[in-house]
Amino acid sequence: MATAALSTVQLAPGQAAWRRFRRHRLALAGAVIIVILVLGSALGPYLLPFDDTYIDIMKRFAPPLSGAHILGTDELGRDVLARLMMGGRISLSIGIVAMVIAMAVGIVVGAFAGFYGGAVGAVLMRLVDAVLCFPTIFLLLALAALTEPGLVTTTVLIAATAWMSVARVVEAQVRSLREREFAVAALAFGSSNLRIMFRELVPNAIAPIVVAATLNVAKAILLESYVSYLGYGIQPPAASWGNMLNNAQIYLTSAPWLAIAPGVAITLAVTSFNFLGDGLRDALDPRMNIP
Amino acid sequence: MARYVVNRLAQAIMLLVIVSAIGFALLHLAPGGPLSQFAISGQMTQEDLDRVTRQLGLDRPLPIQYLDWFGRMLKGDWGKSYRDGEAVLSVISSHLGATLELMATATIIAVLLGCWIGILGALRRYSLFDTLATVGAMIALSIPTFWFGLVTIYVFSVKLGWLPAGNRQTIGDGSFLDLLHHLIAPAMVLALIETAMWGRFMRSSMLEVIGQDYIRTARAKGMPEWRILTVHALRNALLPMITVAGLQFPTLLGGALVAETVFTWPGMGRLFLDSIGYRDYPVVMGILMFSATMVLIGSLIADILYAVVDPRIRVG
Repeated sequence: MATAALSTVQLAPGQAAWRRFRRHRLALAGAVIIVILVLGSALGPYLLPFDDTYIDIMKRFAPPLSGAHILGTDELGRDVLARLMMGGRISLSIGIVAMVIAMAVGIVVGAFAGFYGGAVGAVLMRLVDAVLCFPTIFLLLALAALTEPGLVTTTVLIAATAWMSVARVVEAQVRSLREREFAVAALAFGSSNLRIMFRELVPNAIAPIVVAATLNVAKAILLESYVSYLGYGIQPPAASWGNMLNNAQIYLTSAPWLAIAPGVAITLAVTSFNFLGDGLRDALDPRMNIP
Repeated sequence: MARYVVNRLAQAIMLLVIVSAIGFALLHLAPGGPLSQFAISGQMTQEDLDRVTRQLGLDRPLPIQYLDWFGRMLKGDWGKSYRDGEAVLSVISSHLGATLELMATATIIAVLLGCWIGILGALRRYSLFDTLATVGAMIALSIPTFWFGLVTIYVFSVKLGWLPAGNRQTIGDGSFLDLLHHLIAPAMVLALIETAMWGRFMRSSMLEVIGQDYIRTARAKGMPEWRILTVHALRNALLPMITVAGLQFPTLLGGALVAETVFTWPGMGRLFLDSIGYRDYPVVMGILMFSATMVLIGSLIADILYAVVDPRIRVG
């Protein structure tokens, strides 16, 4: 026992976090599923003899596991598995890129608001509060209606409706960190404000930022599915998990598999990122384990 | 107390100004700006457009235009729908009832079920029930609402034939039972995410309360366990739920939009989507502003109510 306790003390913070993370089975499962989904979407299309946009009218509505089409074909005879994989490329990329943009905006706004406080902070944070007043889907659809739909606009618009929560997290962290000794010391050394903000304060808030980033990917994938399902996101013939469900409702009676595969893919991806975020929160914030 | 309310009210008004500025900016972002209705029809020459621009005062400086627009919004003049010329506010109010009906039903289901799950989970922490509820809540939060709607329609309408696949009533019918029959599926779908949220918040609130000193004191003086739970724990754990209700509101509205689309429910969300399809910008902007104002008022009421029931808040 004594040696075990001793070795725990000597663990580097990173190792300790890894140990806590490993205990969180669901987070681990989430990470594995994410890797499988990413690899499947990235490499899968090369292994499949079907093109995702190839229309084969003679083979419309082939049910799953009938012949060569593992997940069946859709209303135009396109292979559902091929579309699912190509759709995965788009949906997962949008999730990750939108997260990166949202994080960048959120971190900059949050860092400035938290560091300067006062009038600057108040104005920036009231802006965050104001944007949060708009229900996300309403704002996203209104913006999408004003712009040409497509991959880039969809990604940017999702980021535009997702940065506020990050800004709140970063603002709170920076506001408390800037009073700490190391920040005061950096100031005494004559570091510039920008340097203190982004080289001292933000890196010290990395744990909540990483958690927020992970949960943000989940949110972005979900939002992409909503706008694309409603017809204002990724446009056919390109596939995304959301727009594959576009016509699923019409064929629900005759071809329910068209609704099942993309829905399961979205749920699986979003759940995995959410569990991963949850596990990272437990692993990176040891205080959460005490109560 | 009065000071807190005045303070909070001032904040809300300031937020409303920023919210309206965002709405105004969006209106001007629309292709053709506030004149997009005429610009896309192609019936007008550039000269006509210039003349209308002057007549409507759209050549004035933007701040003046904004003040003018904001003033008209406050007076209830939200413009007219492109589709039928009806005033935007009356279009919205004619669809509001259906949305509120759906939201209220879903909230009642979610509060009862969510609080029950949360309380039980907190009292039997790490039990099988608690673990299943926690994992289930996370999955519920990850399922796209529209897809859950599709699955519900497939199971309960297509396969079992128990529930109608959409609409608010059978044409020609409209009895209470018929309305209720149509309400079940969309309300259930909308309630899924809400239930998960309420359950999570209730669980953590309850866990925090039962760890407090006064609970230990109550136990130490030999109070029966059920009395500790109902009189001391539950009453205090339910207080923060008022804030949750306020925080939940935007999610609830967004969820209603999606549920209404899947179940062809004639509410505000469905109207919003139809209006986008018609490029009916005044209605789109109207609903956007209306929903943001609803959220703003919702959080204001939640904050004030919380201050009424919990005096500690008013100080901070």
